[in-house]
Amino acid sequence: MSGAAVELRAVSVRFGALDALERVDLVIPAGAFVAIFGPNGGGKTTLLRVIAGLLKPTGGTALVLGESPEALPAARMGYVPQVKRLDPQVPAQALEVVATGVTARWPWRIGAAEAQARAAMKAAGAEHLAERRVGSLSGGELQRVYLARALARQPQLLLLDEPAAGIDVAGEAAMYHALLDYQRASGCTIIMISHDWEGARAHASHALLINRTIRAFGPAAETAANHALLELFGHTGHVKATH
Amino acid sequence: MPLLDALSAEFMQRALLAGLLVSLAASYFSPFVVQRRMAFLGSGLAHAAFGGVALGVFLGWAPLYTALPFTVAAALAIVAVRHHSALDIDTAIGILFALAMALGMIFLYLTPFYTRDAFTYLFGSLLALGPSDIWLAAGVCALTAALVPWWSAWAFASFDRELAVADRIPANRHDYLLAAALAALIVASIKVVGIILVSAFLVLPGAAARPLAKRFRTFTLLSLAIGTSTTIGGLLLSAPLNLPSGPVIILCQCGVFAAALLAARWQD
Repeated sequence: MSGAAVELRAVSVRFGALDALERVDLVIPAGAFVAIFGPNGGGKTTLLRVIAGLLKPTGGTALVLGESPEALPAARMGYVPQVKRLDPQVPAQALEVVATGVTARWPWRIGAAEAQARAAMKAAGAEHLAERRVGSLSGGELQRVYLARALARQPQLLLLDEPAAGIDVAGEAAMYHALLDYQRASGCTIIMISHDWEGARAHASHALLINRTIRAFGPAAETAANHALLELFGHTGHVKATH
Repeated sequence: MPLLDALSAEFMQRALLAGLLVSLAASYFSPFVVQRRMAFLGSGLAHAAFGGVALGVFLGWAPLYTALPFTVAAALAIVAVRHHSALDIDTAIGILFALAMALGMIFLYLTPFYTRDAFTYLFGSLLALGPSDIWLAAGVCALTAALVPWWSAWAFASFDRELAVADRIPANRHDYLLAAALAALIVASIKVVGIILVSAFLVLPGAAARPLAKRFRTFTLLSLAIGTSTTIGGLLLSAPLNLPSGPVIILCQCGVFAAALLAARWQD
């Protein structure tokens, strides 16, 4: 795949008096694996929601896979939202949720979508959760189910909002493995919000540092180097700072 | 009145038909209402319907057919407030609830004749069910059937609205459709269960079905079975017991709800 997967020109988003994004210009090449870093309230999720077509910018223009984000067909994009707690009584099985990745509607009968849904659950390390009621899943288990849902439709663009939140170390490694395997097979573009600097630096091709405006965008190893993160956050977390 | 005598009475046959029609619609929508935590919307719309009924009584127009546009307009206004303002949905419903009740009471106060009819609407009355009420119930049931193709989209948005919107389901537009349908259903159900209990009629079938269901499809089917059977059962019991139909139906539904909770606990 060649060309740009995402093109943003002077994109701004304003919530009342608050500027969540200010004149963001960004071109993400097709086939890239972009890890987005930024402080809380820095506009990471807002940026992802604009790209997903969930939020209309108050200024500027956006193109995703050559189309305006709201017009992009659901089948071309897989979206994993931030970890959430579901109503424990919700009458839904994990397999049904993953099947929505194939059908883009709630299935009355899973039918033909079942094989694809089960294969995606296997790829995401969630096959053992297929018959479980989703309300009983932990945050990490639910993220695996949502990742399987996003993979099930074999999208050209994967958008992930902190997919590793709540997932244990082994699960996190399996998640990166599943994402990279899928990317190798499909050439899709992956855009992922992360707080896992080490993991993202090891696996992503690009890093994007954001705090309402784009602070840096480029190859992951250099862009997400500790000194850049130190400048963005004022801290490097538990990772030893290197200047 | 013995049951067989009651069944042969024309008013009872009308009541059973109306009850079946509105219970089919109410128990179809009930899973969406329960899963989306919209019970208070049902209550608010029932009170809006009271304002509309009172306006009809005051003007000397058919009360339910006056309440219908009044309640649908209130439903659309609530959804618009939710989508376009920072006002909390419960606050918006609470304000509308009070406004509609206040208007209703003033309309009844200003009505220059005795308004015993208003109490028929508050508590429901099988005797008051006429052919035009059956037509209204049939219309709402037909509307519900016409909305069945949206089941998959509404079930998805009830499960996770954000994911549904990301999958290009126009959930905001569907909110207006669902709210308008609920408003029409509430108006059509008033003579069967009464304004005071109509919101429970909308909530209980789904609330009873949910602990027993593992899938949204089963949730919907169980809600339909519980809603229709308790409505017909309640209507049949109310005649020989000489009790008002609405409370008997709701008591039957509460009984099934309690049994469902126990059964779900036993299953676990």
